[in-house]
Amino acid sequence: MSLVRATVRRDLLLAARNPGEWANPLMFFLMVAALFPMAVDPNPEFLSKISGGVIWVAALLATLLSLDSLYRADVEDGSLEQWLASGESLYAMSLGKALVHWCISGLPLTLMSPLLGVMLHLPEDAYFALFISLAVGTPVLSLLGAVGAALTASLRSGGLLLTLLILPLYVPVLIFAASAVYHAGIGMAYNGQVAMLGAMLALALALTPFAAGAALKLNLSR
Amino acid sequence: MWQWLVRLYHRLGSPKWFYEMTERWIFWLALAAGGSAIVGLVLGLLYAPADYQQGDSFRIIYIHVPAALLAQSAYMMMAVAGAVYLIWRMKMAAWVAKVIAPVGAAFCLIALLTGAIWGKPTWGTWWVWDARLTSMLMLLFLYFGVMALQQAMESEEASYKAGAILALVGLVNIPIIKYSVEWWNTLHQPATLKLTEKPSMHPDMLWPLLIMIVSTYLFFALVVILRTRNEILWHERKRQWVRKILES
Repeated sequence: MSLVRATVRRDLLLAARNPGEWANPLMFFLMVAALFPMAVDPNPEFLSKISGGVIWVAALLATLLSLDSLYRADVEDGSLEQWLASGESLYAMSLGKALVHWCISGLPLTLMSPLLGVMLHLPEDAYFALFISLAVGTPVLSLLGAVGAALTASLRSGGLLLTLLILPLYVPVLIFAASAVYHAGIGMAYNGQVAMLGAMLALALALTPFAAGAALKLNLSR
Repeated sequence: MWQWLVRLYHRLGSPKWFYEMTERWIFWLALAAGGSAIVGLVLGLLYAPADYQQGDSFRIIYIHVPAALLAQSAYMMMAVAGAVYLIWRMKMAAWVAKVIAPVGAAFCLIALLTGAIWGKPTWGTWWVWDARLTSMLMLLFLYFGVMALQQAMESEEASYKAGAILALVGLVNIPIIKYSVEWWNTLHQPATLKLTEKPSMHPDMLWPLLIMIVSTYLFFALVVILRTRNEILWHERKRQWVRKILES
């Protein structure tokens, strides 16, 4: 357990000292969301209808962007081999890595989402739904993404492949989250959708570290 | 019975046994698949009554439904074969999982294409973002993901394992994707066949469909067996028994 704690602390420290790691996805998030009004229609009435979905799609893409590097450095500098040799549970390790990823991608995205809401004329009632759906939904994205990152960690051009593998798995999260924001915007109850997101989070927390742990071992059998 | 199953399972792990055994099956499988396809298509296209709403255009169901069913069960078979490989390290299972992927993807594509062709006269559009169409599209993407990952891996063993892990993650996700899109949007007619209910179709329409489903599964089995035999020949090419076959 101490190894996991040490790795998590090291990764967070690395991210703090290298702001690009967490700031670039945030800028990407902002820019993608800014493209939609320019490309589709800047009319506030129209924007308020699509803003929830647009913000969610942008958040999803921004999460994917930072996933690629999740395990790459650990494979290259041999940390991964040390983890395996240490006999430490890979389940805990991949859980810790996913948590780190969420702290540097999902959490800032969640905190910044109200700003995008303003830019995209999100209906006032939907702000809390957007916030809560991002807070519950982005950890699922990180957990699922960690599996893909572990599978592609030792591949030279793993980044694009990773997005291909993971995007279909993100669909349920996107659907429920966007639907929660939309329903909140038109004044309807959205607790059902948030509950579904919570269920997905519970499932992902329990199961994805197994897959990510098994996938991590592959990177040594090259 | 159980003993027999265990023995069969152990035997299936032997490439040589599989190769020699399937030698005898191929002819009968091909015959059964081809024969039932002819019977099913003739009955379905010529003798089944036209639908009172959709007219003759409904007849595409005889391709569409079997392909869609098969695309889904092929994914499941691929994932199960992958799990068998991960757990018991059975090489045969890895080869089977590998050869199923493109076949399943092809059937998925057939289901989507025939669905689009069917959609044009009935719904008036090639594509709608309906729940079942979307979940089939996601299934196609999952197949593509598994294939792309297997191809990208450098070592063969890693490609099998990675493909199996991804297939299993996808397998858990399939029901979630299915229910989420169903909740999201539904225009597709409800399922034609349900195991738990009496079919709502006229028997004259239903029988050809059932025959076509059986035929498609037989065809799938045939293709998978043929492709697995190729894999066996390639991987065991340095073995004595394969050399003997190749020389003769």
